[in-house]
Amino acid sequence: MSAGSAGPLIELDGVEKVFTVRRRAGRLRRTRHEVRAVDGLTFQVPRGEMVGYLGPNGAGKSTTLKMLTGILVPSGGRLRVAGLDPARDRLRLARRIGVVLGQRTTLWWDLPLADSYDLVRRMYRIPPAVFRANLARCTELLGLGPLLDVPVRQLSLGQRMRGDLTAALLHDPEVLYLDEPTIGLDVVSKATVRTFLRELNTERGTTVVLTTHDLTDIEQLCRRVMVIDHGRLVFDGDLAGLRAAADGERTLVVDLARQLPPIDGVPGARTVRVEGPRQWLAFPAGHSAAPLVAAIAARYPLVDLSVREPDIEALVADLYARGGAARPQPGDEAPASP
Amino acid sequence: MADRPGGRLPVLRDALTGYALLAWMQVRSALAYRTSFVLMALGNFAASGLDFAAIALMFAHVRALGGYALPEVAFLYGTGSLALGLADLLVGSLERLGARIRDGTLDTLLLRPAPVWAQLAADRFALRRLGRVVQGLLVLVWSTGHLDVDWTPGRVLMVPLMTVCGAVIFGAVFTAGAAFQFWAQDAAELQNALTYGGNALLRYPPTVFARDLVRSVTFIVPLAFVNWLPALWLLGRPYPLGLPGWTAFLSPAVAALMGAGAALAWRHGLRAYRSTGS
Repeated sequence: MSAGSAGPLIELDGVEKVFTVRRRAGRLRRTRHEVRAVDGLTFQVPRGEMVGYLGPNGAGKSTTLKMLTGILVPSGGRLRVAGLDPARDRLRLARRIGVVLGQRTTLWWDLPLADSYDLVRRMYRIPPAVFRANLARCTELLGLGPLLDVPVRQLSLGQRMRGDLTAALLHDPEVLYLDEPTIGLDVVSKATVRTFLRELNTERGTTVVLTTHDLTDIEQLCRRVMVIDHGRLVFDGDLAGLRAAADGERTLVVDLARQLPPIDGVPGARTVRVEGPRQWLAFPAGHSAAPLVAAIAARYPLVDLSVREPDIEALVADLYARGGAARPQPGDEAPASP
Repeated sequence: MADRPGGRLPVLRDALTGYALLAWMQVRSALAYRTSFVLMALGNFAASGLDFAAIALMFAHVRALGGYALPEVAFLYGTGSLALGLADLLVGSLERLGARIRDGTLDTLLLRPAPVWAQLAADRFALRRLGRVVQGLLVLVWSTGHLDVDWTPGRVLMVPLMTVCGAVIFGAVFTAGAAFQFWAQDAAELQNALTYGGNALLRYPPTVFARDLVRSVTFIVPLAFVNWLPALWLLGRPYPLGLPGWTAFLSPAVAALMGAGAALAWRHGLRAYRSTGS
């Protein structure tokens, strides 16, 4: 391995990105003001991790990703990927990272899929043996074999996504960045992509950083979750920690023998929904469901029950809501990423 | 993969590799629509051919234009078209920078291990642009056969030299114009006015234009060094602004200066893009 293999693969220390935005103020006058898209990010990603990077639109996700790949130059702070400064060593770094932008393909529209891979091979100067092995592995796991001779314009969205994923991995990148990798895919394609990513991470040790709106991606793939809001890291930890941090509530769903008025008088729980004989009770995530069940069973004709964990979407929304006090003035959002 | 040592040479290699690969992919993409490709190539050739036909037609009615006979005007036309044609073929796609910034696809180029300038220059590489080159070359060859000049080795050498310098000068204008689009994304017309518009100027002798116009294309945007100054030396004509004879040999220096200036502008623009985003 090359330089930087000892420390963490990705290192951010107080990284900032400030955009200057000109806004019209009157007929000709324009006011300039600064927008902090990324405001003092500090985190590290060791080799071999799979990290989910969450945040609403305009939170600074894309800006971070663009700084990590060297497309954008940080306005402040220190940033290292594989021992390199991405902005200064962009061309060298490009050979060591893989990037998939969910909404944007790098494949050649009018040419067979295999031709795009041949371009990657030549442009990245991939040794033929490495190229053959990687292509064979990816096409097998992603089911691309029969598609290699098909012009990219004839591929479905899911097939193209898998094609892009392969293109990003042919040169054995040390880290793979994925921006919304499962957006717009059908259930089968999503499952294939997720299985593939898990395999890539566990078998080959490739570090993966992914942004997504699909929280199933996070639940199924990432041990570590980072949540960013208004350019700041508001959470960094595992899923269980996120649940605790957000004060999430678990839900107890009970099926009673017949329709009854909302259950009450059960300490630590409150009924949030009633639908015929079925009722939903919310209780704090830290508590056990057993005493609740016992209390209900003692007084009500209980037929069936299940416990639901809070979904991440709700957790993240809760985190944002609680970060509200520290938020900058409204209208100060980061510019929409292109 | 192992790191290669940094420095100028690997970057140059990356640039050439990237350019050649992307240009080749473009040609193959164009060939995916074979009929359309053939029609475009023919149309392009015919369109630039009609261009010169218009001038030839003019000479059916007049014997000279600004004191220049048809072979002389054809020589100006041929050298100018050839220089612009080469620049347009090789780096004309740079004008698509603004579009790429607007739709956000410039970022995908920044992720590849090749300089963005080379990638963008090959972005819409199209063989149909050979039409102007071939046509310029044909007119140039015809004119050299009909010119009344003494073809000394110096004069013979001047033809390829001024072509290359002219192509570099136009290439620099394409590059500088594209660099300007880092700030103003819809400014492609500005460079088009200088390149295609400039070429329309250069195909006629300077004597037919107002002195102020001649002055500005000599001193401000020095397109006169593409063909007017060297060609007039070759044809044994005086330059209307009374410049000394040796200025005809300044084309390489002008080309080098403009190239360096354009490179600076490009670097500056790319840096501005990468530090502001879009």
